[in-house]
Amino acid sequence: MKSLGSIRREFAPWNDPSATPYIVFENVTKRFGDFTAVNNLSLSIYEKEFFALLGASGCGKSTLLRMLAGFDEPTSGRILLDGQDMRGIPPYRRPVNMMFQSYALFPHMTVEANIGFGLKQEGMPRAQIEQRVAEMLKLVKLEQFSKRKPHQLSGGQRQRVALARSVAKRPKVLLLDEPLGALDKKLREETQFELMDLQQSLGLTFVVVTHDQEEAMTMADRIAILDKGEVMQVATPAEVYEAPISRFVAGFVGNVNMFEGTVAARDDDSVRITGASGAEIVVGNAGEAAAGNAVAFAIRPEKIRVSSRRPEGAANAMEGEVYDLAYLGDMTIYHVRLDDGQVVKASALNSSRAVEEALSWNDRAWISFPPDAGVVLTR
Amino acid sequence: MNSGWSRFNISSIVLGFAFLYLPIVLLIIFSFNESKLVTVWGGFSTKWYGSLFNNQGLMDAAWVTARVGVISATVATVLGTMAALTLTRYTRFRGRILFSGMVFAPLVMPEVVTGLSLLLLFVAIGLDRGFLTVTLAHITFSMCFVAVVVQSRLVSFDRSLEEAAMDLGAPPVKTFFQITLPVIAPAIVSGWMLAFTLSLDDLVIASFASGPGATTLPMKIYSQVRLGVTPEINAACTLMIGVVAVGVIAASLINKRREIQRQRDEQAAQRA
Repeated sequence: MKSLGSIRREFAPWNDPSATPYIVFENVTKRFGDFTAVNNLSLSIYEKEFFALLGASGCGKSTLLRMLAGFDEPTSGRILLDGQDMRGIPPYRRPVNMMFQSYALFPHMTVEANIGFGLKQEGMPRAQIEQRVAEMLKLVKLEQFSKRKPHQLSGGQRQRVALARSVAKRPKVLLLDEPLGALDKKLREETQFELMDLQQSLGLTFVVVTHDQEEAMTMADRIAILDKGEVMQVATPAEVYEAPISRFVAGFVGNVNMFEGTVAARDDDSVRITGASGAEIVVGNAGEAAAGNAVAFAIRPEKIRVSSRRPEGAANAMEGEVYDLAYLGDMTIYHVRLDDGQVVKASALNSSRAVEEALSWNDRAWISFPPDAGVVLTR
Repeated sequence: MNSGWSRFNISSIVLGFAFLYLPIVLLIIFSFNESKLVTVWGGFSTKWYGSLFNNQGLMDAAWVTARVGVISATVATVLGTMAALTLTRYTRFRGRILFSGMVFAPLVMPEVVTGLSLLLLFVAIGLDRGFLTVTLAHITFSMCFVAVVVQSRLVSFDRSLEEAAMDLGAPPVKTFFQITLPVIAPAIVSGWMLAFTLSLDDLVIASFASGPGATTLPMKIYSQVRLGVTPEINAACTLMIGVVAVGVIAASLINKRREIQRQRDEQAAQRA
């Protein structure tokens, strides 16, 4: 896959067979009583990577992070950090630091003391601590708040103190548990970019847990999508979005239209899928689907064109009726109910001011898309 | 609903407060009585306060009470805090329910029973009754009150604070003393004050557990009252009320000021 506008164009150690991963989860299972939080999971994370664990609540993502930090031990399997087995090593002896979802700032200490806490534990000389704390305060732009207590700060400032405290010791790996979860939308967007800059300038490995797919897409080099304690897919944001490997991943990340059907015929890379109602879809990139397989064809709304007449020469075109539409200014979202009853979401960028073919509620409409606009999913 | 000053509201407040405070007010008034007769007003005087400080028996008893209170409250606070920590942190050990039941049983145990059983124990092991035994007895019954107070704070304690400290390199013991203890300190202080107050006004258990030479103030007052109430006793009680009232008012004022300061800080933070 070509780089799609990522900041670090050449950074892709996961494609390099000679690269050694920095963090390795090896067949890790974690049970709490009868509940299996993480199920035989294997995962590799590379040095200086910004890695996101994405999943709904209860998918085991926080458990993974806690096992890496040392708060929980795996029931079975191994976790390696820089080649060293982490079993039995307590949290206070691991070269990782964590930024907590609740920030966990020490309420009885000033901002300064909070940031310097880890350095003090290391036995760093006082003058050096002061210098490092000042450096950290500057990094997160909180110089004038050094003498305040956490309750005297706003939510965004607390988040930055927590961040400064977790990077003050210059850990090899920074773990972030829903780092932006408690911030409002605008602040969250700003902070996303700040986090990315910070990761770049410090050259750290970041492992971030989030349930917000947009956040993961924006920040991460690679995303692991988790469900019920298992990894569904590990890939770059663009791959996850454009080439999901299962119905679950396709549905989890972004909006998607799913056409269920059977592969009628395969010809090289091209397949013909017949839906339950007899509608046919021609797909150019069939992947591993073979004739007779029950498959889903997944296509993103922005790749579907909506028009009032049947488009000339379209590989795939279906007729229906505009069931709902939302004008958002920059784009318009159509919900088209096809004649076989399925509702298809399509979004059109309003790139010119003139409205060419005004479609309205209950109008007859055609949806169309080229053969390679979506993916065929067998799982 | 009518929230104004209706006649009914006013009369119920007056009645309620009279019921609560009339005896105490009478006691205070009669402590300033010139007459030696407790129930006959003979003019204003502070002479009983003077003679109180010359009453060696009462002063000795007050000194015993203060020492017993401080020592027993301190030991009970340490033990009660440890019990509270165990009960909130190690939720899955065998016999936890039995243990927590046993820690809290003295809360509802009749004092006579506690006192008698302690007396039997001290006699059985041949411990002479005196300062040591009354202190031990007070530790026993006030410890569970401390445990309740500290436990209610620990339940709402954010464990991620401790995890953060360990994550930053502090071993468990250091984490406890640098993070956990300072954060729950207010609860521990109120636990101590509760234990001290309980020790201060205990009569029943002290009567069983104490011996010659270790008479506490409530015991002394009680035994003097049996010989007839003197205005001196009224003066002593007024002083005790004064000490408690000053303590309570000071504590609530400090709390109030801290609360106002906190709100002001938060507003400042939001503006920034």
